[in-house]
Amino acid sequence: MNTAGHFAYFGAIFLMMAGLYIVIARNNLVKKLVGLGMFQTSVYILYIAPGKLVGATSPIIAEGVTLYSNPLPHVLILTAIVVGVATLALGLALVVRIREAYGTIEEDELLEADAEVERKQAE
Amino acid sequence: MIDALIVAALLAMMAAIAVAIVRQRNLFGVIVLFGAYSFIMATTLAALDAPDVAMTEAAVGAGISTVLMLGALHLVKTMEAKPAEGAIGPLVVVILVGVLVAYGTLGLPSFSDPQSPIHRHVAPRYLEEGLKETGVPNIVTAVLASYRGYDTLGETTVVFTAGIGVIALLRRRRRQEPGK
Amino acid sequence: MNDIVLRVVGKLLIPFAVLFALYVQFHGDFGPGGGFQAGVIVAAAVVFYALIYGLAEARRVVPDRVVEAMVALGVLLYAGVGVAGIVLGGNYLDYFVLHANPVEGQHRGIFWVEAGVAITVSGVMLKIFYLFAGRGRDEPPVP
Repeated sequence: MNTAGHFAYFGAIFLMMAGLYIVIARNNLVKKLVGLGMFQTSVYILYIAPGKLVGATSPIIAEGVTLYSNPLPHVLILTAIVVGVATLALGLALVVRIREAYGTIEEDELLEADAEVERKQAE
Repeated sequence: MIDALIVAALLAMMAAIAVAIVRQRNLFGVIVLFGAYSFIMATTLAALDAPDVAMTEAAVGAGISTVLMLGALHLVKTMEAKPAEGAIGPLVVVILVGVLVAYGTLGLPSFSDPQSPIHRHVAPRYLEEGLKETGVPNIVTAVLASYRGYDTLGETTVVFTAGIGVIALLRRRRRQEPGK
Repeated sequence: MNDIVLRVVGKLLIPFAVLFALYVQFHGDFGPGGGFQAGVIVAAAVVFYALIYGLAEARRVVPDRVVEAMVALGVLLYAGVGVAGIVLGGNYLDYFVLHANPVEGQHRGIFWVEAGVAITVSGVMLKIFYLFAGRGRDEPPVP
């Protein structure tokens, strides 16, 4: 089994797992958003790497060129990039509102504050 | 061969920056490192013959994303994340998931394999007929705007929705008159 | 900002950035580019202006009303091209009915569709920047 040809996928998976680790293991909300962004961008490599052909050029029709790289992943990933920044903007707006409401952006402090409120309501 | 080496070197640089982002606690440093990560990602995409995607990733990831995150950082007035306690659980989960996904990608085509299914189904038809049917030499634009135009309409609607979502969250309301 | 280097360089570079955005938009058919890239570059140029000359100046040059109108106008334009396809006899988002020559119709459809995408993307990015940058100040509430 030729695993040397899969180096691009292993690289993308390493970046993906680094992003996932930040999302689940760190408490700061802004850092979690950065981890989510890393997770999203690593998927671009996973999609575009299989479309590349050695000796081919980018899929813009030109004179004298016979081999083109695959244009379909490019279209998908263009959409994904813009959707990613839309998600990031909404996430950051939520973080700003959370900070104004709770005074902190660390996740464990937020969970404690919510538990406090529920305890007071139960009394 | 040289293409594979270039892509591997760029991926190694991105992995180093990823590890630095995981360990960095200063939020301003995290955002700057993320901007550098986006730039190297754009270079990798250009090395993979995707100039449209590279331009978009450079403009969006290293430009607008960084500005928005710095703006939000100023509003939350926090410069340092709290030090993380060294729990081993998330690391184990992440390594397990990584190994499983890597095993799953063994079924994907190797780097630069012209016989793989994605090069033999719809893509050759777009590359051959695209210029004749749409008159547009950039096949990515032809597919994006003409062949798969519905998807782009959906994406524009997603951007619009995100815009009005942020407006709804961050708009300041007019102060109520006292007594109303 | 009173830094003379930034102000001079800004005044020299921002027009070229906007020109480059228009180039990327209209030559997206013949080279890399298209609506998204052009929209983001226009937004980045105005953000650059706001960083150098202040948010109030940027709000004077590109007012809030205009940006909010751009956000909605792009999607309306895109959907309008689809409805034009129905009105002229085809299905939704058919481009070949937009002109007697079907390839010319494709050109027209792609042109207006990319214009709609660029308008919405630049409007949304700019509006989000205005909201983030304007929130931390104690200014009177704007509608």
